[in-house]
Amino acid sequence: MVSVDGNPQGLEHSAKTARSAVISASSVDLTFQTNDGPVHALKDVSLDIEKGDFVSFIGPSGCGKTTFLRCIAGLETPTGGALSVNGMTPDEARRARAYGYVFQAAGLYPWRTIGGNVKLPLEIMGYSKAEQEARVRRVLELVDLAGFARKYPWQLSGGMQQRASIARALAFDADILLMDEPFGALDEIVRDHLNEQLLQLWARTEKTIGFVTHSIPEAVYLSTKIVVMSPRPGRIADVIESTLPRERPLDIRDSPEFIAIAHRVRDGLRAGHADD
Amino acid sequence: MRSVLPVLTIVAFILGFWTLAVVPMNIHLAADQAARGDMVVEPDDARARQEVGAFALALGNPAVIPMTYTLDRPRLPGPQQVVVELWNTVFAVAPTSNRSLIYHGWVTLSATLLGFGMGTALGIALAVGIVFSRTMDLSVMPWAIASQTIPILALAPMIIVVMGALGIQGLLPKAIISAYLSFFPVVVGMVKGLRSPDAMQLDLLRTYSAGPAQGFWKLRLPASVPYLFASLKIGISASLVGAIVGELPTGARAGFGARMLVGDQYGQPLVTWAALFAAAITAAALVGLFAALERVTLKRMGMAA
Ligand SMILES: Nc1ncnc2c1ncn2[C@@H]1O[C@H](COP(=O)(O)OP(=O)(O)OP(=O)(O)O)[C@@H](O)[C@H]1O
Ligand SMILES: [Mg+2]
Repeated sequence: MVSVDGNPQGLEHSAKTARSAVISASSVDLTFQTNDGPVHALKDVSLDIEKGDFVSFIGPSGCGKTTFLRCIAGLETPTGGALSVNGMTPDEARRARAYGYVFQAAGLYPWRTIGGNVKLPLEIMGYSKAEQEARVRRVLELVDLAGFARKYPWQLSGGMQQRASIARALAFDADILLMDEPFGALDEIVRDHLNEQLLQLWARTEKTIGFVTHSIPEAVYLSTKIVVMSPRPGRIADVIESTLPRERPLDIRDSPEFIAIAHRVRDGLRAGHADD
Repeated sequence: MRSVLPVLTIVAFILGFWTLAVVPMNIHLAADQAARGDMVVEPDDARARQEVGAFALALGNPAVIPMTYTLDRPRLPGPQQVVVELWNTVFAVAPTSNRSLIYHGWVTLSATLLGFGMGTALGIALAVGIVFSRTMDLSVMPWAIASQTIPILALAPMIIVVMGALGIQGLLPKAIISAYLSFFPVVVGMVKGLRSPDAMQLDLLRTYSAGPAQGFWKLRLPASVPYLFASLKIGISASLVGAIVGELPTGARAGFGARMLVGDQYGQPLVTWAALFAAAITAAALVGLFAALERVTLKRMGMAA
């Protein structure tokens, strides 16, 4: 507990100033106008995400994790504050195809094969036929689905479908990957496996990842930075810089360091609830 | 295969009921005919027979019962009479003959298919417009719904007469009535199908910064295919009904509708019944054709599950 409390010196990015923030939010506010009156989904959210960061968002249901991710993606427009992605507005970044987005459900097109689904963004973005084939092969290998290009989604398990949807988000050259509870519906064992794969993939591709989850171990295991959020209105309760090394075998989860970070996340979550 | 038994049971039940119903329906006619011949019928007097109920008459004259199945102009023909008439007019006469149901069937079918093609094209075009234009959504849909509340029996003669006044006769007026009936299910089904992709799937395309045309070809159109087939199956049978109705008011000389009318007007119920059954069989065949097409298409699209 003590070792990670306060500002963790160990992993505080020494080159922070040299690195530019890929995603930068300052005092982002978002109020939805609904039939039952306004819903204050995000309040005063300020956060910098640097290149190569793996940032997890964790918090109770309804605290605005999805909403914030959608703001970054330009799918939702903040009603206040400033948000920039790659130095552009989120909408410009969306049009520049700056990120891949993985939704909670795999959402594969049932009339397309796995290969065809991965090809979808490439077709839309106008890659050449040969380039499409090459990329589909490469990303399917990356997510361990090499032999499944010609199968239809219903022929795959839920975990495989989710991996295919990750491959789809990786197929084009976006250096940001936004993932909204991609493994939420999967069982623990599959989830562990996919977490491991995701870390390897992150190391290989050097992407910047924003990752929403409900699971404390998952957040701690994956992230370089954990953003704990609290509800009503959604805001940041704590930002924890991980002291874990980038190389993380699964059994790192039994280390005292891991447990200490998990404790601090849990405390942050509890504090958010106590405010109610 | 498992559905065969229940279907056969229902068919057997209907046939049985029909066969039994022939006796009371025709017993008076049969008794009259028998009395005109050499048979002794009870009661003997024709006037008196009218007073007797059908069942009583049948019980009193069991010998007459077989004759109820063989009348030339029965009130209700026996199933076997309809089958024989169908056989004779489909297989036993030249397909070009005026008596051939193949000939009449083709006349009706050509109008049906033309009208169905027009109705489907119109329906898809309207659906695309409705989905992409809010103005069309608000303006077209109420009219499409209102159009279907006008009884086609009232409208058909007007269409035939107006087009006849313009010098257009034959195939096209009937096809227009068919199109009028078949475009509606296509509009409703296609609008539903084109709107079937959920918010997440639409958001996914937004993250790729895809344009509306790409959204249409890559997502909305393929997603609408199962809905389209459901509509086509309704549309094709509606088209057939439209073509037949289009043949009724003009005293058309050819087509299923014309045969039904001829049978009625010249007191040949067998002709009417045979035409009715031929039309029903044609409808079933068309729907079956589209069901098969649906299976093949969805299978090739990978959506057969
Ligand atoms: N489109 C919308 N219109 C109105 N209110 C919305 C909309 N989207 C989200 N909200 C509201 O904003 C708040 C935050 O929702 P959000 O989906 O971001 O929560 P979340 O943290 O992702 O929750 P969960 O963990 O359950 O996914 C909720 O109160 C929700 O009801
Ligand atoms: Mg969410």
